[in-house]
Amino acid sequence: MLEIKNLHVKLEEEDKEILKGVDLTVEAGKVHAIMGPNGSGKSTLSYVLSGRDGYEVTNGSASLDGEDLLEMEPEERAAAGVFLAFQYPVEIPGVGNMTFLRTAVNAQRKARGQEELSAADFLKEVRTKAKALKIDADMLKRSVNVGFSGGEKKRNEILQMAMLEPKMCILDETDSGLDVDAMKLVAEGVNALRDEGRGFLVITHYQRLLDHIKPDVVHIMADGRIVKTGGPELALEVEHNGYADILAEVN
Amino acid sequence: MALPQAKLTATEERLASLVMPEAGCTRKAREAALARVREMGLPGRRDEYWKYTRPDTLISAEAPSAALFHTDEPMMFHEFDRLKIVFIDGVFSPEESDDLSMEGVKIDRLEDICCKDIHWAKELYGVLEARGQSPVQRPLAALNTAFASDGVAIHVTGKPSKPISLIYRHASETSDAILHHIIRVESGAEVTILENGPAASRFNKCIEIDIADGGTLHHIRAQGRDHQRRAATHMFTRMGQESIYKSFTLTVNGVLTRNEQVIELTGDDAVAHVAGACVGDGDFHHDDTVFVTHDAVNCESRQVFKKVLRNGATGVFQGKILVKEGAQKTDGYQISQSLLLDDDSQFLAKPELEIYADDVACSHGSTSGAIDETALFYLRSRGVPSREATDMLTLAFLAEAVEEIEDEALAEVIVSRLQDWLARRS
Ligand SMILES: Nc1ncnc2c1ncn2[C@@H]1O[C@H](COP(=O)(O)OP(=O)(O)O)[C@@H](O)[C@H]1O
Ligand SMILES: [Mg+2]
Repeated sequence: MLEIKNLHVKLEEEDKEILKGVDLTVEAGKVHAIMGPNGSGKSTLSYVLSGRDGYEVTNGSASLDGEDLLEMEPEERAAAGVFLAFQYPVEIPGVGNMTFLRTAVNAQRKARGQEELSAADFLKEVRTKAKALKIDADMLKRSVNVGFSGGEKKRNEILQMAMLEPKMCILDETDSGLDVDAMKLVAEGVNALRDEGRGFLVITHYQRLLDHIKPDVVHIMADGRIVKTGGPELALEVEHNGYADILAEVN
Repeated sequence: MALPQAKLTATEERLASLVMPEAGCTRKAREAALARVREMGLPGRRDEYWKYTRPDTLISAEAPSAALFHTDEPMMFHEFDRLKIVFIDGVFSPEESDDLSMEGVKIDRLEDICCKDIHWAKELYGVLEARGQSPVQRPLAALNTAFASDGVAIHVTGKPSKPISLIYRHASETSDAILHHIIRVESGAEVTILENGPAASRFNKCIEIDIADGGTLHHIRAQGRDHQRRAATHMFTRMGQESIYKSFTLTVNGVLTRNEQVIELTGDDAVAHVAGACVGDGDFHHDDTVFVTHDAVNCESRQVFKKVLRNGATGVFQGKILVKEGAQKTDGYQISQSLLLDDDSQFLAKPELEIYADDVACSHGSTSGAIDETALFYLRSRGVPSREATDMLTLAFLAEAVEEIEDEALAEVIVSRLQDWLARRS
């Protein structure tokens, strides 16, 4: 479903190459995890896939179900089914969370030629999904992420994902800043979305999250490349020995 | 001190084009105001207070012409039940206006009060304007007091059931209108004043507002439409104990608008909020000049001004909070911000605080910036198209000012006009 081939990315403003040939394929129905030291390029990969400005693709490709993602605007990628749960969700004062959700849901439906969700149907759905994530009515009313705790922001990302029902879910360190209970909630939210038609790319530092969201494949990223790929046991190895051994082995 | 020759000439040229109306009880105030104009001279480009806004076209003998804008759009506030007072090119229109009688308020045309002997009016006309000439001179307001050709006197003694709506229609491309209203809100009384319309090719308008102890005045104004119109407006407000004054102005279009607000909190525990949202395009120039004086204990003042500018538009903010000696427990807040939608637009701000009391909490801030790229990307990454996302962020930027409007229905109308402006983008 998601196919990344030999992806090279540099910063637009500087001559600094960050991704140095990433190859990665995520099949529908599978959960892939990416682990790797800080600064290895994990967030960059997630931003490039979702279309953030500031990066220049110098080589390679990325496609979703055969459609070239790199040619699309961010909103087109979203409509095509890409979703990024941000490492640092953005605060938007003055835009109500509920308004934001409804605008996003309906914009995507419109882009796909579907009818807009009625206000009543939308409300019903949000309430049910918010409740599962323990997001209360007050959080829905407030401005997007403003005054939310770290954990609340991450749960809000998962709520958006649940409402938008994307094909390809990319989660960038959604576990950071979460306590155990919040992590369980988030994992449940993600697991509820797992199905045959949907792929996941879970970026994380820690094995912890992968106890709750069982990955099919684990990749290790270092210095802008996927340096090792394996099964869930690879995550355990990192947990016990850190990255040093793996990196030494690769080099 | 003698005026510089250029200023003297410009002032005399303007004065020569005006005729003081025959006006009984305001005559003295008008003559005194004329003397003030002669002493101060009309604003010139070198005046510090006009550093950011060129006064030339506001003081020229002839008003620059302004095309009439035709639209099928209904007039602002049309959906509200209100008492309409209509001026066409600055002349009161009895035919277009509603019957001026309403419970809780007495409304008279300025020229009629002169025949009667209304005490409060005599004590207000030109009085607050004269007080407002110090520490900063406002010659266009004095010119207004001297030569206003029409206006109303509104005496609020109760709580009228509907807003009083001042409607300024523009009918002639060369009209030059000078209007002066006076409003007295008695103790415990409460009123909402609405203002809208382009008024004239050039509009000089002054309102003097005297709010007695415990009185409340809400003011919502919309300035829009005819883009070539020019306006210089002044509102002088004196506030008694526990009185409340809340003013909001929406400005959409206009090659030149200067709105001055001069507010004096003279009674303890008074609350004054002035806010403005303006959106401008191209040769739009908009200036908010606000001067709030705290001269009593435990008063609150808020100034919230937001400007969205694109295609080379200019926004100006000059705002001051003056806390006098003894005005303890003052809570003063001032924020002025601009959102520049491109590199050609500019925002010029001069925020000032001057404090002579020690137990006060005053803050001010002024910022100027572009759309937040991170927020824009966040919205787009959720599928919101770029343009819609930009509009959402623009309205969000204006929200703090719009939230100053207490009445939800009025706030909604303002927001929908802002949305219309965004939708009209080329
Ligand atoms: N916009 C940027 N400007 C400057 N450096 C950047 C930018 N984006 C990423 N980098 C650099 O690229 C490298 C990879 O960063 P990132 O993708 O955030 O790594 P990770 O998410 O794996 O911690 C780091 O060295 C980081 O400093
Ligand atoms: Mg990262």
